Amino acid sequence: MKRLINYRGSRGLRVALALMPFIVLAVVYIAVANHKTEANPNQRLFPTVDKVSQTMARMATEPDMRSGEIALWADTQASLKRLGVGVAISAVTALVFGLLAGGIPLFRAPFSPLITVLSLIPPMAILPILFIVFGTGELAKIALIVIGITPFLIRDLTEEAQRLPEEQKIKAQTLGANSWQVLTRVLLPQLTPRLLSTTRLALGSAWLFLIAAEAIAAQSGLGYRIFLVRRYLSMDVILPYVAWITLLAFVIDRVLYLVSKTWFRWYHVDEQASS
Amino acid sequence: MSLVRATNLEKRYGNDVVLERLNFSVAAGEFVTIVGASGCGKTTFLKMLLGTETYSSGALALDETPIPNEPGPDRGVVFQKYSVFPHLSVLGNVIMAEELARSPWLGKLFGKRRRRAREAAVERLTEVGLADALDKYPHELSGGMQQRLAIAQALMMRPRILLLDEPFGALDPGIRRDMHALIGRLWRELGLTVFMITHDLEEAFALGTRVWVFDKIRHDAQAPEAYGATITYDLDADRHHDMKSAAASRLDRDGTHPRTATPED
Repeated sequence: MKRLINYRGSRGLRVALALMPFIVLAVVYIAVANHKTEANPNQRLFPTVDKVSQTMARMATEPDMRSGEIALWADTQASLKRLGVGVAISAVTALVFGLLAGGIPLFRAPFSPLITVLSLIPPMAILPILFIVFGTGELAKIALIVIGITPFLIRDLTEEAQRLPEEQKIKAQTLGANSWQVLTRVLLPQLTPRLLSTTRLALGSAWLFLIAAEAIAAQSGLGYRIFLVRRYLSMDVILPYVAWITLLAFVIDRVLYLVSKTWFRWYHVDEQASS
Repeated sequence: MSLVRATNLEKRYGNDVVLERLNFSVAAGEFVTIVGASGCGKTTFLKMLLGTETYSSGALALDETPIPNEPGPDRGVVFQKYSVFPHLSVLGNVIMAEELARSPWLGKLFGKRRRRAREAAVERLTEVGLADALDKYPHELSGGMQQRLAIAQALMMRPRILLLDEPFGALDPGIRRDMHALIGRLWRELGLTVFMITHDLEEAFALGTRVWVFDKIRHDAQAPEAYGATITYDLDADRHHDMKSAAASRLDRDGTHPRTATPED
């Protein structure tokens, strides 16, 4: 018998173990929901699977009476658009400024302390300011995401650029590179995969800011829906919406990872070696 | 005519003298190997040639003009590691010099100009024995292959001097012998001028036309930082093979065996 620390199990066993907690949670929930509904058919806290699937079938197929839109898809589209635009603006901004701050000391000198301080401002605290300045439309929600994650991304990329071996910058100069070429041909290509992996980390925060902004002032969106139906204790909407958001977040994370792994194979060498 | 000349070259960090009274003249085509105990300023000296360290006083000239205080294409370099770009293929690493020179904004070449640059790069890579690995990435290469790549890359700009900072220090003995043959051949065929730091006396004498031993000769017990190292031996490697033992004993005095490849910063 191997020592416990050396025992990995077969692939089938590992997959089964990975699925087990989800199955246990599902079974427990179904049991609780059925039990509660037997005791009180009108209880709303633990909707049964039947109830949830009826509600979601309605939300995913039938147009809303007021807007004429199918709620689930309209919400998803609105949220993903805000998230996508916000994260894209943040990523591009961070790449440009991270590159400049990481590569040019005279740019870093005044810029990095500013970004460090800005990144410490809790973004939620300035949400009211955003609503005042940008109104309660799309702009304020996107701005919250951008303000929330850009300083973090910039700081990370700046540090990553400084962590790159000095030898590489020297080598490039001995090959005749000027400053611009060191930035674009040595730093930029090595910061891009880092941006992808850091953006994956920042997506958690981005979702947080999105839902928060939608909860406070919006006419559509996943966060808007959840906080709207909260008034009616509609757990049959809230629970599947949360699951749906989780699934979306998971898919986005995997897509970014696979893109990075396909385009920047050299960047993922270390993790392959350790797994 | 001398290619590289130093006159009373000195390097201090504050009051701490690292190198002092360096005087030499190196002609084009010489292969200078530099040995010395760890921390005696060999790497600092190489960095001054490279331009990443400035000297405190004296003069250091390449082609009778002072060495600029930043790296440039007239001085090629190969470090012990991190010498190649991990995000570029073997071909990409070597073709880069040409791309940087011909395409100041994009740093990339296309079409006919790329084909021509590619030909030159392939030729150089064939010389170092990497013709079969054009599309591989550095992480797919062994340590010796990576250093071959770094050498090929450094030679693309036809530098006036080639600086080698313990380039083979991390390689296995067998591979190291292959690399000696390679660098020796390139040096002869291309007429290079080389400065190479090494911990390995055998290597220093096998490759160099001149072997420099860096050591502190002046000591002040009250102020150990008051004096720095200098070139204590400047040996013509062909004629002074018997001097090897003298140099070795000199180095052994500090209890630092010259052949143990301790990493040095």
